[in-house]
Amino acid sequence: MKVIEGSYAVAEAVRVCKPHVISAYPITPQTHIVETLSQMVADGAIKAEYVRVESEFSAISVCIGASAAGTRTYTATTSQGLALMHEALFNAAGMRLPIVMTAVNRSLSAPLSIWNDQQDTISQRDTGWIQLHAENAQEASDTIIQAYKIAEYRSILLPVMVCMDGYILTHVYEPVELWEQKKVDAFLPEFDPVHVLDPKKPKTFGAFADPSLYTEFRYMVQEAMEVAKKKIVDIANEFRDEFGRYYGGLIDEYRAKDAETLILAMGSVIGTIKDAIDEMRADGIPVGLLKIRAYRPFPVDTIRDAVAGAKAIIVLDKNISMGYEGALFTDVKSALYGKSGVTALGFILGLGGRDITKQTIKDMVAKALEAMKSGKVQECEFVDLRKEVL
Amino acid sequence: MKLLAPGHRGCAGCGAAIAVHSILSATGKDVIVVSPTGCLEVISTPYPESAWEVPWIHSLFENTAAVASGVEVARRALGRKDETKVICIGGDGGTVDIGIGSLSGMLERGHDVTYICYDNEAYMNTGIQRSGSTPYDAATTTSPAGKISFGNDRPKKNTPAIAAAHGIPYVATSSIAYPADIGKKVKKAIAIKGPKYLQIHTPCPTGWGFDSNRTIEVGRLAVETALFPIYEMENGKITSVKKIKRKPVEEYLKVQRRFAHLFKKEGGDAEIKKIQETADANAKQLGLDM
Repeated sequence: MKVIEGSYAVAEAVRVCKPHVISAYPITPQTHIVETLSQMVADGAIKAEYVRVESEFSAISVCIGASAAGTRTYTATTSQGLALMHEALFNAAGMRLPIVMTAVNRSLSAPLSIWNDQQDTISQRDTGWIQLHAENAQEASDTIIQAYKIAEYRSILLPVMVCMDGYILTHVYEPVELWEQKKVDAFLPEFDPVHVLDPKKPKTFGAFADPSLYTEFRYMVQEAMEVAKKKIVDIANEFRDEFGRYYGGLIDEYRAKDAETLILAMGSVIGTIKDAIDEMRADGIPVGLLKIRAYRPFPVDTIRDAVAGAKAIIVLDKNISMGYEGALFTDVKSALYGKSGVTALGFILGLGGRDITKQTIKDMVAKALEAMKSGKVQECEFVDLRKEVL
Repeated sequence: MKLLAPGHRGCAGCGAAIAVHSILSATGKDVIVVSPTGCLEVISTPYPESAWEVPWIHSLFENTAAVASGVEVARRALGRKDETKVICIGGDGGTVDIGIGSLSGMLERGHDVTYICYDNEAYMNTGIQRSGSTPYDAATTTSPAGKISFGNDRPKKNTPAIAAAHGIPYVATSSIAYPADIGKKVKKAIAIKGPKYLQIHTPCPTGWGFDSNRTIEVGRLAVETALFPIYEMENGKITSVKKIKRKPVEEYLKVQRRFAHLFKKEGGDAEIKKIQETADANAKQLGLDM
């Protein structure tokens, strides 16, 4: 185990996955990942073509071309860069290209902010990419290795975004267990694509579909997402057997079994929530956690089962669908519709890098307890709003 | 075997399809083609049909050169030592406008890719809208001639010069009126290592407004009037030009509906004079006159 920066851990994980082509454009706070990979290429520590493109749009486009030509590809970006990729994200998923990306979570302009929230990846929710959220540096890097295996699985063939909170995880120094190449090679076989651009066997990629066929192409992506629901769990278990680490399948639970109040969240805030839960449990408050690991495909059944015994749920969103509420809150309520009479509270917090403390968590739980008593529920609330500057 | 199969859905007299025939006759089968969204993509690949007898990929409108960059490095990364060439064939909208960022990136990074723009001088697939490659005074659906307008009020963007400014080894223009010239230049381009840029003039009967049996004739007139000069640039220097026995620009303009207003509207004469000045400048700059 080594104390290393989160970005370095991710780059190391990418290295042992042996991608043939890496293409990226620098953007804060993704830069340490791609700088580390560049150095690895410069030192010959990784045998990959590194394409220094002129935009994120071209970064993902290079990956599209390279993946169609039969190679394992990697890119990393965040925020504005991810937004710039938006159109190509749909395209990569629709063309069933198993690209893996680290999506560093950062807020979107305006106003400009380089700090963390999850508006960027939430806004790419419907692109057809699998989205996995990581709690810490170890998970963000271990999940890269799992991501390639998920993406390249023959009946999935979808790109995967491994989401990690900017600065909080990219720039943190943590003890991280690195990987033996031999073990990774055994876990993750070489990319063996079904269809490749090759003059020996000419194929057409990216044809257009008229109304008699478009729906079926979209349906097949949805089917692949259903396969991914099962496979993400299987691969997490395989990874545990091989490497001894486990972060949950689609979700993970913490002190959830007998909890009356359940907190649902994703990303780095999970650690803070766990500490807050321990303290609240010591005070006799029966509270637990559901960590959402897979945001897409969305673990509807798993969440229903996990919430079944709870009286209240608190959903944390580091994002907002303007004019409505946090996206995770909407998704969770939709999953529970007709299945649960649980009191549900949604909170918008941690936007643009605002800190989320244990006290923040405890205050939300207090609000949930109060709401259960009074029956009055404010469904969507901004936490720690500074009314004096409005 | 034709590498762009007959039965594609191009209009009768489609200049772009003629260009692709000339290009693929020169490259042969050992090629991977990348195309943007546009006429060529739409006429050749309605799923589950494809007119392409060579491997072909279309991703989006503005990323052709980046996708081609990915294909090229992928083959290198896989250790392929074969002679397979990566070429792009894209329309002017996808090349000189929305795709110029990714084109510039590909040229600057030095990929071994031949980018060929088939230049039909407007967004034809969407219904003849003006692009940066539309010539001065051409009427399109977004630059129509009207009571106070003679159509497109800007000159055609000089994309070959932009490509050449990247310091790439080979830039050339050609026209579907001269298939042997296309063949020679494509063969030359793909034999050179590094990024290459070709712009081929491809008249469009539907968009320009002429009978579909006159595509070649219209293409030849563009060259013979010096409105679309044919030349080669190697390492930044002009190394060959197609000499012409020059004809007045009216001969080219009068056969196309997109310029018809110049012959009807008051002040049209003065506009034609301006277009003639552009042709004169082209001829002088490149030494086109025999």
